[in-house]
Amino acid sequence: MESESKRKKESPNTAELAVTASFPDEVLEIVLSLLTSHRDRSSVSLVCKDWYRAERWSRTQVFIGNCYSVSPEILTRRFPNIRSVTLKGKPRFSDFNLVPPNWGADIHAWLVAFAAKYPFLEELRLKRMAVSDESLEFLASNFPNFKLLSLLSCDGFSTDGLAAIATHCKNLTELDIQENGIEDSSGSWLSCFPESFTSLEVLNFANLTSEVNTDALERLVSRCKSLKVLKVNKSISLEQLQRLLVRAPQLEELGTGSFLQDLTARPYADLESAFNNCKNIHTLSGLWEAVPLYLPALYNSCANLTFLNLSYTALQSGEFAKLVVHCPRLRRLWVLDTVEDKGLEAVGSNCPLLEELRVFPADPFDEEIIHGVTEEGFVAVSFGCRRLHYVLYFCRQMTNAAVATIVQNCPNFTHFRLCIMTPGLPDYLTNEPMDEAFGAVVKTCSKLQRLSVSGLLTDLTFEYIGKYAKNLETLSVAFAGRSDRGMQCVLEGCPKLRKLEIRDCPFGNEALLSGLEKYESMRSLWMSACNVTMNACRRLAKQMPRLNVEVMKEDGSDDSQADKVYIYRTVAGPRRDAPPSVLTL
Amino acid sequence: MSQDTTVDSPESSDGASLMSFDTELTLGLPGESRSPARAPAFAQGHKKNCTKRGFMETVIDLNLGTSHISMPRGQNSESRVSGTGKYPAAKAQVTGWPPVRSFRKKTLEGSSKLVKVAVDGAPYLRKVDLQIYSSYQDLFRALEEMFTCFTTRDYNMEERKLTGALNGREYVPTYEDKDDDWMLLGDVPWKMFVESCKRIRLMKSSEAVGLGKYKFS
Repeated sequence: MESESKRKKESPNTAELAVTASFPDEVLEIVLSLLTSHRDRSSVSLVCKDWYRAERWSRTQVFIGNCYSVSPEILTRRFPNIRSVTLKGKPRFSDFNLVPPNWGADIHAWLVAFAAKYPFLEELRLKRMAVSDESLEFLASNFPNFKLLSLLSCDGFSTDGLAAIATHCKNLTELDIQENGIEDSSGSWLSCFPESFTSLEVLNFANLTSEVNTDALERLVSRCKSLKVLKVNKSISLEQLQRLLVRAPQLEELGTGSFLQDLTARPYADLESAFNNCKNIHTLSGLWEAVPLYLPALYNSCANLTFLNLSYTALQSGEFAKLVVHCPRLRRLWVLDTVEDKGLEAVGSNCPLLEELRVFPADPFDEEIIHGVTEEGFVAVSFGCRRLHYVLYFCRQMTNAAVATIVQNCPNFTHFRLCIMTPGLPDYLTNEPMDEAFGAVVKTCSKLQRLSVSGLLTDLTFEYIGKYAKNLETLSVAFAGRSDRGMQCVLEGCPKLRKLEIRDCPFGNEALLSGLEKYESMRSLWMSACNVTMNACRRLAKQMPRLNVEVMKEDGSDDSQADKVYIYRTVAGPRRDAPPSVLTL
Repeated sequence: MSQDTTVDSPESSDGASLMSFDTELTLGLPGESRSPARAPAFAQGHKKNCTKRGFMETVIDLNLGTSHISMPRGQNSESRVSGTGKYPAAKAQVTGWPPVRSFRKKTLEGSSKLVKVAVDGAPYLRKVDLQIYSSYQDLFRALEEMFTCFTTRDYNMEERKLTGALNGREYVPTYEDKDDDWMLLGDVPWKMFVESCKRIRLMKSSEAVGLGKYKFS
């Protein structure tokens, strides 16, 4: 192996090694190659030089949580044998339009480096990166072994880029295109898969809108015998779906197209039978515009479902309750708040194995009050689903008492993301701040890793978090707190904190600077619309050279205020690709 | 900005403690899109050096839902909430809030025909996606369920069948069409209705004079 000879050239005096090493490098590498967790590998690499060396030669997968924390050069120098790369780019608040366009996180420089150093690259998973069609074409043409492409929340490319991938990647097993800012001009990319191409195992184009050639899709599905995951888009009708299912009874994850039937469609029985024939489906999504009339076709398939994603389907409580009765094995559920508390009560009654619940708002920006879900629905789920450990809940009202009950029922929360949609809303029954609610969460849920707070909150919430949330890694705060003390409590008290994102809070320079030593142990800090000045940011940048302190300026705002601050640790130094609106201090 | 809202005397001692809170804080909300009425005050405050905007001022600016702050004038009266313990409609037009991915927002906007359903006497508006129903019967069944929910939740009455209410001609289902006319549900073919309906109102029979006879049973 090429890598072996390289390694021998680099080793120091082998005689010395033979005395001191407990076993030879080759064995160490084999042992280490069994380690897949990134954190374990990081720990291993810190033990001693031999282990560092063995680890870097044996590592094949790398996860980079912030693309600017390291450079392509540094990465490729350290790890010579990478086959799989996961890269995350923009700060999370870019999903909510808080980051200026052209901010950065362009994949291209990385691809150029990979083409030189990792020509056998197989997998690329990108989140919040800027990806152009040119980059996708480059990817398709320079990596003959390329197998897996997953794009989530990326932007800058169009369906032309996808066409390049489909045309040239002969060994592709997975194409997963999720929730991206894609220019969707045509569905013709799907027809670019050659007739000889049969290796596809995962195909997800659910979030694209343009029509694909259904004949081409049918033929593709027919010849890819290993296809396990198929998530089609809205343009696929029920009739077409039935034909696809008949050709792929081995499917394990299905995203349907439109569940809206037109008048000249096939009989219902064919559809039901097609679903019944797919005995391995454990994940179901799509159901765009689901007409309740046709949902019963799914009932038999629901018996084995572990993940049901209805987050793009506006089902009312009655229809949803009827469906959920058939899903006793459900472990993950994503719904819209159109199902209301009654729908969630049905979940509590029927899904004892539920571990994850996400309730999204159907109409978050509407001015008039829409019912949605309240604390009652959440409480009902907590009584029925004691294994619940992940929740994302958008609601319009909440009480401290309800949250206390919820965590008493479900003390194992690892992810608790509660979004009371009106900023600064108190407990609607007692009119008090929601401090005690989040106090209860952090006191009771010792395994808590991720927390998003909302509602009217004083510094007390953050005192609680600092005091009790010892496993907390990610904290999101908005419209909360009273003084710098709040943020200070968190920075001082949470040893495992990695990501802190804050917006519209009265935290200022004192709070920012109190975390001076802390930020190098974190991935990043985001503060926007707080009380931080440019001078404080400059001070921070000066004292901590291994942090990048970036300020995003808004037009017409006060020059001394730092409107949006993004601070992250890096070994790559200040970045050179920032747009004019982003100042690196 | 503050002149748009009137701060009533607090209804409870909790309200008073909120009002007497006097920590001086500056909250900047730069660059967020705001209605013209709000912009001057905001910009004015922000231009001063060392601007100190009280937290409560910002709460009022955002029209955050504390019970003793009444809604600004000009708000559609239909959406006003009556009843204790409920909060006025939040008009917080803040960038990026609530934190829903813009992709999701765009997708949900385009994928359905959501129309508001108002029921005379109920404090909340609801929404239905007309595209998921294939006939008036389907829609009525859904409205039934919704109406029952209203009465059970908000008036603490025992559950009663809407069929009774509709059949008993207590409520008349009407809708506003593209030409801003109020019509009776059922007058036009279903598809035409879906296409032209802007909002639905279950009107008290006593008010539905001149709309024609209620035909459905």
